[in-house]
Amino acid sequence: MTGIDWLILGLYFAFVLGIGVALKGSMKTSTDFFLAGRAIPAWVAGLAFMSANLGAQEVIGMGASGAKYGIATSHFYWIGAIPAMVFVGIFMMPFYYGSRARSVPEYLRLRFDEKTRGLNAISFAIMTIFSSGISMYAIAKLIQTLHVFDGVFLRLGINSSWIFDFSILISALVVLVYTFLGGLSSAIYNEVLQFFLIVAGFLPLTYLGLKNVGGWSGLKATLGPSYTHSWAGLSHPNTNRLGVEWFGLVMGLGFVLSFGYWCTDFLVIQRAMAAKSMSAARRTPLIGAFPKMLFPFLVILPGLIAIALPTQPAVPPHARVVVSAEPPGKGIIPMKVDASSGKPMLDKDGKPQLDYDLAVPNMLLHYFPPGMLGLGLTALLASFMSGMAGNVTAFNTVWTYDIYQSYIRPGATDEHYLWMGRMATVFGIAFSIAAAYMANRFNNIMDMLQLVFAFVNAPLFATFLLGMFWKRTTGHAAFTGLLAGTAAAAIHHGLTLPAGAVAGIKGGWLAITHIYPSEMAQNFWTAIYAWTTCFVVTIIVSLVTRAPDESKLVGLVYSLTPKPEEEPMAWYARPASLAIMVIAGTVVLNIIFW
Amino acid sequence: MGIDIRLPLGGLFLLLGAILLVYGAVSDPSLYQQSLGINVNLYWGVVLLAFGALMFVLSRRGAHAAVRAESTTPSPRSSGH
Repeated sequence: MTGIDWLILGLYFAFVLGIGVALKGSMKTSTDFFLAGRAIPAWVAGLAFMSANLGAQEVIGMGASGAKYGIATSHFYWIGAIPAMVFVGIFMMPFYYGSRARSVPEYLRLRFDEKTRGLNAISFAIMTIFSSGISMYAIAKLIQTLHVFDGVFLRLGINSSWIFDFSILISALVVLVYTFLGGLSSAIYNEVLQFFLIVAGFLPLTYLGLKNVGGWSGLKATLGPSYTHSWAGLSHPNTNRLGVEWFGLVMGLGFVLSFGYWCTDFLVIQRAMAAKSMSAARRTPLIGAFPKMLFPFLVILPGLIAIALPTQPAVPPHARVVVSAEPPGKGIIPMKVDASSGKPMLDKDGKPQLDYDLAVPNMLLHYFPPGMLGLGLTALLASFMSGMAGNVTAFNTVWTYDIYQSYIRPGATDEHYLWMGRMATVFGIAFSIAAAYMANRFNNIMDMLQLVFAFVNAPLFATFLLGMFWKRTTGHAAFTGLLAGTAAAAIHHGLTLPAGAVAGIKGGWLAITHIYPSEMAQNFWTAIYAWTTCFVVTIIVSLVTRAPDESKLVGLVYSLTPKPEEEPMAWYARPASLAIMVIAGTVVLNIIFW
Repeated sequence: MGIDIRLPLGGLFLLLGAILLVYGAVSDPSLYQQSLGINVNLYWGVVLLAFGALMFVLSRRGAHAAVRAESTTPSPRSSGH
């Protein structure tokens, strides 16, 4: 990092904090703070909907997967996001937005009952805290690895072992200030800034990288077909890099996991609930789907390029060395090195493991001179921070409306809840910091927590699907279905193991009845079992419990709700037209990269 | 409510573009060996500057339109929302 890079980073921080300060005055009611006054235009909400998910794990992780699995990683976008984004916009938003629920758990309260809301609200609140902690941990680790602050620390005479703590503190502080001041509006505005920064920082990277390796055809020639096809080879797990067959991929990722995330996770739905009208809310996920469809080229392709480049200790003259005299990895991706012994880490076959998470950061260092490097790193940091802010704003809303107002102190003034929201921002971030340190200290606990969250999340979409489209679904059924689904996920995980893994955190802790070809296949099938169990149990319990009162379900269930009126607008801007365009675009991309 | 996001967006990219452009114009050409001999700072600075200007103009226009709408139709809505 040279002076110019610092200038760019500083400029970004100034704007982020400036937005918070500018919005401070318009935070008058709790609706202003938690739902941005329900006044956000569709395009802003749409970009925020997409960017809220584009956090640390996404940008670094998708590049890493690109290097590991090739272009097939785009399944996480093309079938793992687009269909669900279209579905939530067209079919589900009328109930979320139309019911005037202030959060996803609150919708569950309106549609089902208190216990279903409580279950969802509490598990969601805990999850967001840990996610934002993991985000923070990832930022701090990256800053440490890239030696961003080393020069400054050296000059100030501070021991560089404090860099991790300093990075955690600074990112927490910035996110705290802007969400404390401007609430959800602040978070949304910064997500829009982050979106354009990522495009600005990564588009030239993809361009330079592709130009260097001879374009897509050059990449194909260097890497071979296994890296450059997304569907070919999916007929059997052993013939593709993902280690999954098409059915598990389409049902597990494309249906259960993706619909479970994009259609029920309050982190993203909150952005649409903040839209200024029903039609804006419906268009929010659809508008977000357009950039989502194209983002593989920005975040996945750099990973492929990183692995395709000739292997060499590439050390740009100005950058502090990331990969020093370590044994070469592959492309510009170094080998994973054990921090304590300094020896390369080997996998189960005795082959050295690659540190794929460095694919994207190393690409930035490889191609960008000072100036652009500052922009690229700023884009990375922006995505980390807004990913964190997304979690924080979702947390303070669910905490205040669904936990505090429901169970701790109902009937207080709106002013009081606004104050509580601000307080929740403060202690939410404090808890996240604790979670970040926990991630640093006890890696296994974090892995286990993420596993538990996956079990809790997997069945969710079955509950929403039945709740919104089958008026007979009852509250008792929803609650039992969710618990049964979570249990099914845990049991399935306990009975199966990915090939080559040892029983324990990876599965098989009950008994080993089936071996999956890869961890991904196991994850997808865990989700499929959880979803199916929840679906079946919810139907059965609904049929044996007392039917809900239909008059109370108007606006919450499909068959009892009048069709949303279309505002007069150009044909191409209508939700249905947007949906058709984005689906057609996705199909074309899949054919091109078949 | 609050502010038009295009204003800070325009402002940020105008400044980013200007910084990169000026730096690209004055920096040592040997810096650009790693970016395949392309002065990315200069060229991309121009693009970002243009994008920033566009956003800035759009936000000004939006503000004017809002003022016109306000003056022709006496709005019953109070401030805040």
